[in-house]
Amino acid sequence: MLKYLIRRLTFLFFSIFLASVSLFVLLRLLPGDPANALLSVGATPEQIAAAQHKVGSDLPLLQQFLKWIVQLFSLRFGNSLISGVAVAPEIASRMSITVPLTMTAFLLALIVAVPLGFVAAYRARTWYGSALNAISQLGIAIPVFWVGVLLILTFSLRLMVLPAGGFPSDGWADTAGALKSLLLPVLTIAIVMSASLTRYIRSATLDVLGSDYIRTSRALGSSYVEAMWRHGVRNAAVPVVSILGIELATTFIGAVVVESVFALPGLGSLLVRAISQRDYPVIQGVLFVSTMAVLIIGFCVDLIQRWMDPRLNKSLTATRG
Amino acid sequence: MKIKSRPLTLIVGYLLVGLLALVALVSLFWTPYQLSDTTGGRLSPPNLQHLLGTDKLGRDTLSRLMVGARIALSVGFFSVLIGAFIGITVGIGAGFAQRRIDESVSALLDILIAFPTLLVAMLIVAGRGSSLSSAIIAIGIGMSSIIARLTRLLVKRVLAQDFITASRASGTSWPRVIVIHILPNIWPTLIVSLALQFGLAGLSEASLSYLGLGAPPPNASWGSLLQEAQVTVLTSPIAAIAPGLCLVALVIGVNLIADGLRSQGDPTLRKI
Repeated sequence: MLKYLIRRLTFLFFSIFLASVSLFVLLRLLPGDPANALLSVGATPEQIAAAQHKVGSDLPLLQQFLKWIVQLFSLRFGNSLISGVAVAPEIASRMSITVPLTMTAFLLALIVAVPLGFVAAYRARTWYGSALNAISQLGIAIPVFWVGVLLILTFSLRLMVLPAGGFPSDGWADTAGALKSLLLPVLTIAIVMSASLTRYIRSATLDVLGSDYIRTSRALGSSYVEAMWRHGVRNAAVPVVSILGIELATTFIGAVVVESVFALPGLGSLLVRAISQRDYPVIQGVLFVSTMAVLIIGFCVDLIQRWMDPRLNKSLTATRG
Repeated sequence: MKIKSRPLTLIVGYLLVGLLALVALVSLFWTPYQLSDTTGGRLSPPNLQHLLGTDKLGRDTLSRLMVGARIALSVGFFSVLIGAFIGITVGIGAGFAQRRIDESVSALLDILIAFPTLLVAMLIVAGRGSSLSSAIIAIGIGMSSIIARLTRLLVKRVLAQDFITASRASGTSWPRVIVIHILPNIWPTLIVSLALQFGLAGLSEASLSYLGLGAPPPNASWGSLLQEAQVTVLTSPIAAIAPGLCLVALVIGVNLIADGLRSQGDPTLRKI
């Protein structure tokens, strides 16, 4: 296990490095100087040079690259070109909304989806088993922002019980207000996510329910629930964990849409604004942090899977087949 | 499974997608009103002249919805084309490659798969600026890793079969083996995955244009229609509900087609 941990950790650092190189290539080598964000249409050559100097795009590429790597790994992302605010603290304060939003929605979805998925598989031939299956199929087709708009229409505009968007200006200091404004966004994500999780848990449970070892255990006299608990859960959980990892990453990034629906000042809305303003330091910072989050989630998923299923020993990442 | 009757899912799926495709085709020649026509009066409720009412500028919602179908379908089609081209090429390459190369490629694919399409898309839009082609390229690249991983797996399975050895022993070249043996054998499973990706591409495009990072106006994508309608959702809820319903119909339609194809396809490939 320790040997694996070291190998996987090396791989994690290697992939973070690779990701930062790709980010640099994508954002710097494409046509269009980042300094353009500072300039208006009829800029003089002196103004252009000054802007390029400020942004650092007048340096040779290699030097720009080294500067970029040093910046990233010391987690200083420079200052915003538009507002001049330091990027790193801004990202940190935005995360204090995006992370609780994502995690709460994720846990809520999990709490709903595990029993539903199990029942949908265990009672697959009953009417409610098929109904659960059909509803979860429908769930993956529904765009998350549409759910958000419909929830706003119902709870904020018609029933007027919850705010339609925004976040208290005091932030988390106004705890009740903050919780209230996060309630609908959390529900929005959880509804869509629990549908797709239910589907995966159903199919993983179905695979296990039909397996020989459950049949043998049943033949030896244990009930279905006992057999599932003793032999099934661990086996069903392995593929589910890898899906959970991907879903968590997708939700963390997908939160950008929900934040935009509810006008929440989270990480995603920072990125969207930065992209439309071509504010490169902010774009780089947010994209780098998001990429790290995705890679670290993948790392944790691999470790958990290895711990649950010692048979997965050979390859670096947990693919079977 | 001997009787090749079309499953009901396939029929319903074809109907839904076919209807949307028909609407998209018709919108090329005719929409009830021009997109720039603002004579309908602001935010009028559904009536005989404007079946779905008008938006805050007085534009006909139905006409914009029809053009949206065109955008959704073309984004789906072209991004799947890009994703399939990259994915199948890489997948076949990895399937044939030596062990070391194959292992590094699949480790890399495992990482890439964890990256949400939306993140890849925002990255590319950040680099290229927002446009319809950016969205198509971004979504295509985003899905290519999933297709590549599936293709690699399928290719490996086919390559282990005796008929490949037999074919090689009788002097068939590798490129020909790919064309006459491998592609036909992996196709049934691959097409199901491509169909699913088509639906997801529609959702991704809608998300991007909801964020204002998709096709710039006046291209009325369903995502941007929804975004605009959100402000006036209390006075004209239909304008926000309709684009969402269209998206759901599209995704469910292609999913049903994928399901139907899966159950119709080669029984030996069904469990993948």
